[in-house]
Amino acid sequence: MATTERLTSGGVGEAVLRKEDRKFVTGEGRYVDDLKLPGMLHAAFVRSSFGHAKINSIDASAALAMPGVHAVLTNATLPVETGVLSASNPGGDVRHPEQAILAKEFARYVGEPVAMVIADDRYLARDAADAVQVDYDPVPVVVDAEKALEPGAPLVHAEYDSNLVKTLAHVTDGFADALAKAPKKISLRVVNQRVTPMPMETRGCIGDWSNSTGEVTLYTSTQVAHFVRTFVSIVCGTSEAKVRVVTPDVGGGFGAKLNTYREEFAVCAASKVVGRPVKWIEDRTENAVATIHGRDQVQYYEAGVDENGKILALKFDAVQNNGAYNQLLTPSISHLTLFMVPGCYDIQDVSITIRQVFTNTTPTDAYRGAGRPEATHGIERLMDAIADDLGIDAAEVRRRNFIKADQFPYASATGLSYDSGDYHETLEVALELSEYAGFEERRAEAAKRGKYRGIGLSTYVEVCGLAPSAVTAALGIGAPGWEHSTVRLHPTGKATVITGTSPHGQGHATSWSQITQTELGIPFDDVEVIHGDTAFQPYGLGTYGSRSLAVGGIALYRSLGKVREKARELAAHLLECSIDDLEWTGTSWQVKGSPDRAKTIQELAYAGWTSASLPEGIEPVLEATTFHDPPNFTFPFGTHVCEVEIDQATGRVEVVNYTAVDDCGNVINPMIVDGQVHGGIIQGLGQALFEETVYSDDGHMLTPTLVEYLVPSAADVPPMTLHRTTTPSPSNPMGVKGIGEAGTIAASSAIVNAAVDALSVIGVRHLEMPMQPARIWNVMQEAKS
Amino acid sequence: MIPSTLEYTKATSLDEALAAVKAGARPLAGGMSLMPMMRLRLAAPGAVVDLGGVPELVGICEDGDEIAVGAMTTHRSVANDPLIREHCHVVAQAAAGVGSMTIRNRGTIGGSLAHADPHGDLPAAILAAGGAVIVRGSGGERRIDVGDLITSYLTTSLAEDELITQVRLPKGAGQSAYAKFHRRAIDWSIIGVGVSIGADGVRAAATGVGDHPTRLAGFESVLNGGGSLEDAIAKAGEGLSPLGDLDGSTEYKLHLVGVLAGQAHAEASGR
Amino acid sequence: MGQTITVTVNGTAHTAEVEQRTLLVHFLRETLNLTGTHIGCDTSTCGCCTVHLDGETVLSCSLLAVQADGSAVRTVEGLEQNGELHPIQRAFYENHGLQCGFCTPGMMMSALGVIEQHPDASDDEIREALEGNLCRCTGYQNIVAAVRSAADEMARN
Repeated sequence: MATTERLTSGGVGEAVLRKEDRKFVTGEGRYVDDLKLPGMLHAAFVRSSFGHAKINSIDASAALAMPGVHAVLTNATLPVETGVLSASNPGGDVRHPEQAILAKEFARYVGEPVAMVIADDRYLARDAADAVQVDYDPVPVVVDAEKALEPGAPLVHAEYDSNLVKTLAHVTDGFADALAKAPKKISLRVVNQRVTPMPMETRGCIGDWSNSTGEVTLYTSTQVAHFVRTFVSIVCGTSEAKVRVVTPDVGGGFGAKLNTYREEFAVCAASKVVGRPVKWIEDRTENAVATIHGRDQVQYYEAGVDENGKILALKFDAVQNNGAYNQLLTPSISHLTLFMVPGCYDIQDVSITIRQVFTNTTPTDAYRGAGRPEATHGIERLMDAIADDLGIDAAEVRRRNFIKADQFPYASATGLSYDSGDYHETLEVALELSEYAGFEERRAEAAKRGKYRGIGLSTYVEVCGLAPSAVTAALGIGAPGWEHSTVRLHPTGKATVITGTSPHGQGHATSWSQITQTELGIPFDDVEVIHGDTAFQPYGLGTYGSRSLAVGGIALYRSLGKVREKARELAAHLLECSIDDLEWTGTSWQVKGSPDRAKTIQELAYAGWTSASLPEGIEPVLEATTFHDPPNFTFPFGTHVCEVEIDQATGRVEVVNYTAVDDCGNVINPMIVDGQVHGGIIQGLGQALFEETVYSDDGHMLTPTLVEYLVPSAADVPPMTLHRTTTPSPSNPMGVKGIGEAGTIAASSAIVNAAVDALSVIGVRHLEMPMQPARIWNVMQEAKS
Repeated sequence: MIPSTLEYTKATSLDEALAAVKAGARPLAGGMSLMPMMRLRLAAPGAVVDLGGVPELVGICEDGDEIAVGAMTTHRSVANDPLIREHCHVVAQAAAGVGSMTIRNRGTIGGSLAHADPHGDLPAAILAAGGAVIVRGSGGERRIDVGDLITSYLTTSLAEDELITQVRLPKGAGQSAYAKFHRRAIDWSIIGVGVSIGADGVRAAATGVGDHPTRLAGFESVLNGGGSLEDAIAKAGEGLSPLGDLDGSTEYKLHLVGVLAGQAHAEASGR
Repeated sequence: MGQTITVTVNGTAHTAEVEQRTLLVHFLRETLNLTGTHIGCDTSTCGCCTVHLDGETVLSCSLLAVQADGSAVRTVEGLEQNGELHPIQRAFYENHGLQCGFCTPGMMMSALGVIEQHPDASDDEIREALEGNLCRCTGYQNIVAAVRSAADEMARN
């Protein structure tokens, strides 16, 4: 929908250009590495070069002898109370081994921090870190999650009798019967490979501890400032009321910064030791090992289907690689997979078992989509496998299995209540736009050019708007899912909006201003949006899980409503009428039918501030705060159609057409929504075609830089065609759903399905990711022989 | 990451540069390979001498039946030079495909040869064209065929005090082309093949097939013996054993050698 | 070892003593406080640090500051003139060519190099020419549109 007219200001539903952009295009963005504090020192970490090793000794004498080196800290000397804490304990009994801030006794993955050097500048800190001598004894390593479950596998944590973290299980009563009765069983193994979020800005932080007041300020590139504050207070042993976490501009997150990391605690503790601010900026090579990875799930599907391709029962067994430790939400990520195993299909009998496993690898956690791309990729591959097996068209098999529009709200077999949807509509629109019906001609034409051409579908639904707090509690997450907003009108009629969400590219300053203009009549340009600083907010849960609009936006909507209603009481008082006599014009309260008897919102802001004459029982100032706890998740959905061509000579897969029809409910800013979809699709494409985080069997990282880890460039990706349908969510008053992750969730299976379809002419039935040329060529060779 | 401590000098003449190299400084050309290695601390020269200020190392001119290219001439200049495009197309084409636009602005032809990356495009293209380098050191000046220059992984036959001053490209390599295969546009070639059809027959050379660029003897002998292109492609990988890695197996890479040799030959024939 | 260098950045000559191993990007960011130029990798792959050196795009993380002695550098901070955004800046804004903004300065500096070398580049050629600049947010579609629009605008003026 690139043709929507773009405006420089506006309200809900308009394609308004972003007010935050000017600082970014002029180089005045302020990311954490751009901040300098007086007296600031620099940290560098000494990291394990072994996948698993006993740490015998650490000799820092050479480093300490270097002029300008202030300290070398180790587990023994870093002043912290505890290790990294996970907030996730789904089902209880999750194994949470200690994750010391600096490794204690054992290092369990390449990149695990072992010591920390504090020096005058970052060059010197790096030199000194290289001079620290660590004596290791390597011990056996396991990196593959399925191998880690085998008897006799090396134990990542010797205190446990196996590498199992937790088994998540969910079986419906009728499952065994339904599977037994199904006339046909179709099985599929799918590997959702390990990938790395790779925001263009790596992580970084500055700890500034005042030994005179006990106050600590942490500047950090994060999606979740308040989580970080809470955990810093616990880990570093200080009052939460003395900790301030400031989020400067954040150069991309994608889940990588939805966490609390060792380095964030370490710079605070180190600052306490040296009495000066301590800055650490992650190198890209560090980012590859020290920041969470995503996915890494092996799935086994067995579907019981009838002769028409209708799924009667679905069995899903998976092994999830958690890495060496549980980070903030690690054990909950595959719980999200569990939720979405049935996808957008009416499958009431399921058996789901997910075994989470420790390995000698960097911990996995939330990466754009977080557990849901795994579910969607698998079920969408399975739908194609069923279509293929029964000789039914891939679109038709989906139609036969879809939850129908009149079934909403729909109670899923995994306990969710899907809010609204019309899956048939997005499918039909997408088929039309992508000229699905005429595809065979394009396949034939491509064959003449030495290309296998294929078309693939992904019909997805996702669960967004994390999350109702009662649900997070029931899921064993030690944190709520509500969001905060405050709307404050100033005497001059301008507005400050304080939000607990924490954007890092999503454009909340713009969207929140649009909502404020529409709901309160304060012009877009008169609204300032504040986020990401714990000094300004009571508490904010942050930005992840496509929650900002569906939860934080609704918190804002409700605060705006409160202010508007308070303004109404004030207007009635000033206009000497009953509040029932007033109507809202969009910018003022006026006596019904009498435009000359009205008070603008700006006049009311001033009157509320002067308080010269307030109605009985009304406090001064137009300001309101809301803590909004959503009653339900939201469930965006859509259909993506991909066409690929595969070069018969080299195996290269090229996406030649990509059409996305998404439904995220009502839209605040279509330009921003399109941008989220574009970026999301290309991240899914990255996983489908290019990206894989690879370890050697002995635990070494084989993809440590952007030379080996293939983030695609503009030259490697196609243009996309976007369209939307609109099915409002009934769960919130704006009818919005969320769009941050949809593209990523949908894309990988659309692309793989297209490639499998392309190679179906030579008998190929399945492909794993990434579909790099060598892999495809091997498959083609095997198929031909 | 950040380079280790180093001593930097900028040479303003070839003699100064040679003196610095003799004293142990590492030559710094465009730095497009050396600087990342220094940042990752895979290389930590105590001293570097910047060749960017030596005027006699830059420039392209006709010299008899050869084109003389100063070692510090950038990929961008090589790619855009009308002489090279006309008379030694394979090299211009390879230069146009190195890295990104920004890397081509800075990276140099001499630097590519001296760095001797086993996936470098320029060495294979120049080998296919039958080029040579002029090197100078305390023992004076000598000429080395490119086929004798790169001996193994990141290693050349240059003496420690020698510098490449010039690359000599034959003018008889106009009917030539370079074909490469990589995953992303910016990536190093997995395999690259240069083919030149000259008065003496077909010359072909590949990168990515071992620790140094290699002539495709099987491919050449079939075509020069009057065989078909199809047969030549089948023999293109003869005698080669590229290592399998994340980019593909030995078998796949050998297959690519044939595919690319065929593509390059077809393109060269059409010129 | 230290060395005194003079570099003209965005039209202003700056003289400073730097350690010889100092990368140009750190000289710009740490010594001159011009923090619009960013660092995204260690391997010359991402293009976040792209600036212009004597009129050509270079990676400021792969160049020593001492190599820029006597040269003219242009960074993102030098694009805006008299409060007026440069056409490339306006184009990124008007086409929603950025999200988190981290790759944007390098992307715009590279784009200017592309426009200069290929003013009539097609969308495919723009994509090829931007191969050395990674963006993780936008999927590039709006970046290509922005570069196209800036090229057209600059050709008109």
